[in-house]
Amino acid sequence: MAVKGLPASWRKIPQRYNLIGDECKTCGERFFPPVTICPNCRRTGSLERYKFSGEGEIFSYTVVRAAQEGFDFQIPYFLGIIKLKEGPLVISQIVDSDPEEIDIGKKVKTVFRKVREDGSDGVIRYGYKFILDR
Amino acid sequence: MTSIAGYGVYIPRYRIKIHEIARVWGADGDRVSKGLMINEKSVPGFDEDSTTIAVEAARNAVEHSGVNPKDIGAIYFGSESPAYSVKPTASIIAEAIEASPNMTAADIEFACKAGTAGIQMCMGLTKSEMIKYGMAIGADTSQGRPGDALEYSAAAGGAAFIIGQRGIADIEGTFSYTTDTTDFWRREAEEFPSHGARFTGQPAYFKHVTSATIGLMERLDLEIRDIDYFVPHQPNGSFPLKVGKTLGFETEKIMPSLKVPYIGNTYSGSSMVGLAGVLDVAKPNERILMTSYGSGAGSDSFSILVTDLIEEKRNKKTLDSYIKDKKYIDYAIYAKFKRKIKGVSMG
Ligand SMILES: [Zn+2]
Repeated sequence: MAVKGLPASWRKIPQRYNLIGDECKTCGERFFPPVTICPNCRRTGSLERYKFSGEGEIFSYTVVRAAQEGFDFQIPYFLGIIKLKEGPLVISQIVDSDPEEIDIGKKVKTVFRKVREDGSDGVIRYGYKFILDR
Repeated sequence: MTSIAGYGVYIPRYRIKIHEIARVWGADGDRVSKGLMINEKSVPGFDEDSTTIAVEAARNAVEHSGVNPKDIGAIYFGSESPAYSVKPTASIIAEAIEASPNMTAADIEFACKAGTAGIQMCMGLTKSEMIKYGMAIGADTSQGRPGDALEYSAAAGGAAFIIGQRGIADIEGTFSYTTDTTDFWRREAEEFPSHGARFTGQPAYFKHVTSATIGLMERLDLEIRDIDYFVPHQPNGSFPLKVGKTLGFETEKIMPSLKVPYIGNTYSGSSMVGLAGVLDVAKPNERILMTSYGSGAGSDSFSILVTDLIEEKRNKKTLDSYIKDKKYIDYAIYAKFKRKIKGVSMG
């Protein structure tokens, strides 16, 4: 059976697996997810591939109790805004953690996890999530 | 000399006690736990599978070795619980550690010994200088039919080894023993494996592990006293001790690798996880004899001599650190995590 929409997800493998973003060599700012042009420098910007360390801290978080489709069996789960050590903010699940451990300012690091399965016969999408850096 | 340049392990955080599984099926938990010599087993989280376990172990191995992932010319993934029937896991791992694209990769299947077969393939490729480094991974999230004896031991975990020319432990030699013995199997599209109960013991595990181990010791002219640690495949706690005793190894030489009481049987990970646990504590010039076992059936035995380099290159992500970081779950949550409840999925 032919499946549509694979190229868009395939192109995101570097950012989803390895937190690959951009660094602007003109102003020094780092971007995640990757950008097509530096918003600070515009045409004078010079973007280069940049791999983020995966270390950061919880900037903010929420407990999701009414999940979006595909996440129904994971509730309640933590959705965090993570401030990466190198600057950018990313939204991600924080997994393998108990409610009493999660707090703003807690150190976190990336892990490699299953993000979605397109049914039992579709593609399995892997990518980063965060766990507490114990 | 082919050598282990670095290694990494990964064990999921969740545990279920043998008593909890026994409670559900009306079995005597004390008796089951004592018979298998397993107290609890690891359980993959809802979003974990053999791929994610392999990637974590592979990343730990790259970090420990200090090797540039672009110098890894081959990745072999050994598992009996791959996420896809068709579509290699090895290429996902290659991408996740940034070793791709100029390299070779494949998934290997030989029940619980596919990972050690991968080590042998990497030995050949590095020794012949076809590649600079090779990576072999054994990882599983194995299933037992509910209530079956295997459900008490089938666990999740994995280990990755980077093989090169110089490292923390030299591989002095390897010897394999292979026969057509159908003691444990799973047909295509079947969810759970079948096994020959008592037949999995004497003609299968014991025959192959002892034959490979004795074969290697004869080839390298080794005596029991030359070996400091014996690391056999660990389907439960009693088989390794029994096979060690038959071969003449003192219990002290087997205990350092015997982690199955705390994590269960990690299948393709089993002997490799045990080896990693020994390398965490081994000293220079100590000799480790590892013998894997895969149903169907075969054993790969390796003699490994620890080098001076190990003192300056200790692995910080030890097996014990993964064993200690745990969270207990009950059978209901276990059933949800392992998708044993109909309709539970990730989308
Ligand atoms: Zn800029």
